[in-house]
Amino acid sequence: MAGGGGAPAESRVGQVVLPGDVLLLPAYDEQDTERLPLGTSAAPRGRLLCGPGLRRCAGGLLVTKCGLLRHRRAGDGAAAAGGAYWVDSQQKRYVPVKGDHVIGIVTGKVGDVFRLDVGGSEQASLSYLAFEGATKRNRPNVQVGDLIYGQFLVANKDMEPEMVCIDSSGRASGMGVIGQDGFLFKVSLGLIRKLLAPKCEIIQELSQLYPFELVLGMNGRIWVKAKTVQQTLIIVNILEACEYMTAEQRKQALAKLSGN
Amino acid sequence: MVLLPRPTPGPVPSAGPSSSLSRCPRIPSPGGTLSPLPGDTSVLAGLYGPAEVKGSRESPDGATVEVLLRPKVGLPGVAERSREQLLRRTFEAVLLGSLHPRTSITVVLQVLSDAGSLLACCLNAACMGLLDAGLPLSSLFCGVTCALDPHGDIILDPTARQEQEAHAVLTFAIDSAQRKVLATTTRGSCSAEEMQRCLVAAQRAADTIFQFYRDCVQRKYSKS
Repeated sequence: MAGGGGAPAESRVGQVVLPGDVLLLPAYDEQDTERLPLGTSAAPRGRLLCGPGLRRCAGGLLVTKCGLLRHRRAGDGAAAAGGAYWVDSQQKRYVPVKGDHVIGIVTGKVGDVFRLDVGGSEQASLSYLAFEGATKRNRPNVQVGDLIYGQFLVANKDMEPEMVCIDSSGRASGMGVIGQDGFLFKVSLGLIRKLLAPKCEIIQELSQLYPFELVLGMNGRIWVKAKTVQQTLIIVNILEACEYMTAEQRKQALAKLSGN
Repeated sequence: MVLLPRPTPGPVPSAGPSSSLSRCPRIPSPGGTLSPLPGDTSVLAGLYGPAEVKGSRESPDGATVEVLLRPKVGLPGVAERSREQLLRRTFEAVLLGSLHPRTSITVVLQVLSDAGSLLACCLNAACMGLLDAGLPLSSLFCGVTCALDPHGDIILDPTARQEQEAHAVLTFAIDSAQRKVLATTTRGSCSAEEMQRCLVAAQRAADTIFQFYRDCVQRKYSKS
């Protein structure tokens, strides 16, 4: 079962995989070079994307992280063998990824860049020109200790990560310095991905309690602000507890709160 | 907190501990933590990484692995240093450090109680720590200690007393991909044939441990 021969990737989707397991790809098993590909069953093999926690090896894919195996089919035909495989793992340490939206803490100003702590192995840099409406003369008002919501422009293992607070058209689109007050805390990366999923139940249930502001960073940081400190802390406690609660337990806890 | 029973590994006749437990305490700071308790030996593993690395230890083409083995009382001595080196080289063999260059990975192993098979326990605790922290590994590994008693019988997971009475104590680190030996250390003397027998027993016991890892992870992910 563990590693050895390996199992077809499709049969392991949704199951727990461990490092060292080998996932065989159907295209490798059924590859038939003798016959001409005819009909829909032999549609050209789609492009296969190898997501986090997986590497290519001789027989197919080698798992490098423990977690649940996930698969998303390629956009077009259902017969395509391609799509994306990845491992959904529950970890705490963030590794910068290009395009990720994160919350960083300003730790210093060096020349014309800010140093940001994003929870990775290295501090990220953020140019003072990478804000909406910023010019050489009109510097943004950023102090050491401020929270910044931005996205990674450069993030790879060999280079220093670089962040920006504008999109490609120069608009802030929600990014920039996060205002005063509010509460910042850390959760596991798995919970962040769950919260950021479209139509996340937890967020929908919370939004029915009372209005609040919420910023979710892919690096595991969450910033919350509600009308009062008490309301803020209630949201914080619920979100922190979500990690270890089942859906029913969460609903019970929320029902208790909304009754008050 | 999760409590999991584990059967004694291996079908080889063994007078070792009949059952052992592993718990996953929720300690907020480290990336990964786990403390398996084979019998009465327990080790707490804390894992920090990939984190910032200090000056001279920085390596441009891979992660710097650092192992700290803390004894139950007192300061680490020469024996701990030697074990740290063995553990470090074992981790480097399975860790895909090239994916995180210029970072440091620190594994802190705190001995909570030692009743024999300490090194095997350290290896198992560290492997679960690495798993929990989500570091890229090419395969899993486990540690198995075998003792050869004066009659020539193999005892798996020996207690401290059995280790003292045995004429040789062998510890193997075995990987999960091909059941190959990653590291081995021996105390005492044994013949080549005896060592081979111990290795076969350890490889068989490894299967049980890998299954245990799988069950542990499955429990963890069943909640989400």
